[in-house]
Amino acid sequence: MKLLRLKPGHGEIVLAEGDVDAPEQERELIEAFRRELDAGMWAAVPLQSSDGRRQAELVKSFSDVPRDAERVIFFPRAAGGAPRTAG
Amino acid sequence: MALALGTAAVVLVVLLWELARPRAIGALRSARARLQRLRARSRAAGVVGYDPGRERRAEQRARELLRSCVDERDWAMYRDLGFLRVWGGVGERLRGAGAPYAYLIYPHRPIVAYVPRTGALLNEYCVAFPDHSRPYGSARLPDSDDVLAKWMALTADERRLIEQANMHLPGRQIDPDRISRDLVRLARWERESDDGATDIVRAA
Repeated sequence: MKLLRLKPGHGEIVLAEGDVDAPEQERELIEAFRRELDAGMWAAVPLQSSDGRRQAELVKSFSDVPRDAERVIFFPRAAGGAPRTAG
Repeated sequence: MALALGTAAVVLVVLLWELARPRAIGALRSARARLQRLRARSRAAGVVGYDPGRERRAEQRARELLRSCVDERDWAMYRDLGFLRVWGGVGERLRGAGAPYAYLIYPHRPIVAYVPRTGALLNEYCVAFPDHSRPYGSARLPDSDDVLAKWMALTADERRLIEQANMHLPGRQIDPDRISRDLVRLARWERESDDGATDIVRAA
């Protein structure tokens, strides 16, 4: 599993990578996951639904992440955009 | 007379230059030293000069990530048209042409809600994903990362994203004529890609 974060001016960066079935690596993944959530990020898991369409799921704790998920993507939480400068 | 005045002027200029030269040279030296100190400080702080390719590389990475997350058809739509369409009512499992409303996602522009059956515009939802850690000097995500963030938030929790957004009537930030043109382009694009798919099936 890879934990990625969307970064301004950079694209995504890899925060952590490991096997969830290896306790030590899972611990590192959990720590990185918590750090991002504490920093105010949203965490999304890209998934494929039963009808074959792709969608994402927002997760609030590492235990919500499907064990077979390949990636968790962190991104800054949404805020109402400024009337003229952002959308 | 003119020759005498001219000579006097030249002598005056030379005298003034001789008087000012030590001060001018000193100022030049100290400016050069200040510049060198600034450069050394920048190097020590790890600050690199302007890299014109950085934004382009970031966008390229963002496009690859977006492509790996969305459906192939949605990726083709974004690649060809510059926006994504997401059906509304994801939570109610109403999708495709039967959905009562849909959204257009533009990079760094409001999300536009519309009625697919009639093309009527409903609202603009102005939403941003500002990264206040500003590690690279800007709080703005690359275009395709902004689209991906909106897509993830909409498909995961439409209601939550819409609640966070500032809602406006259509036309506040995006010209409604432009959206109408984009809907026409989208309809044409869908016809053409459906025809292409049919041709491939026939050929097989």
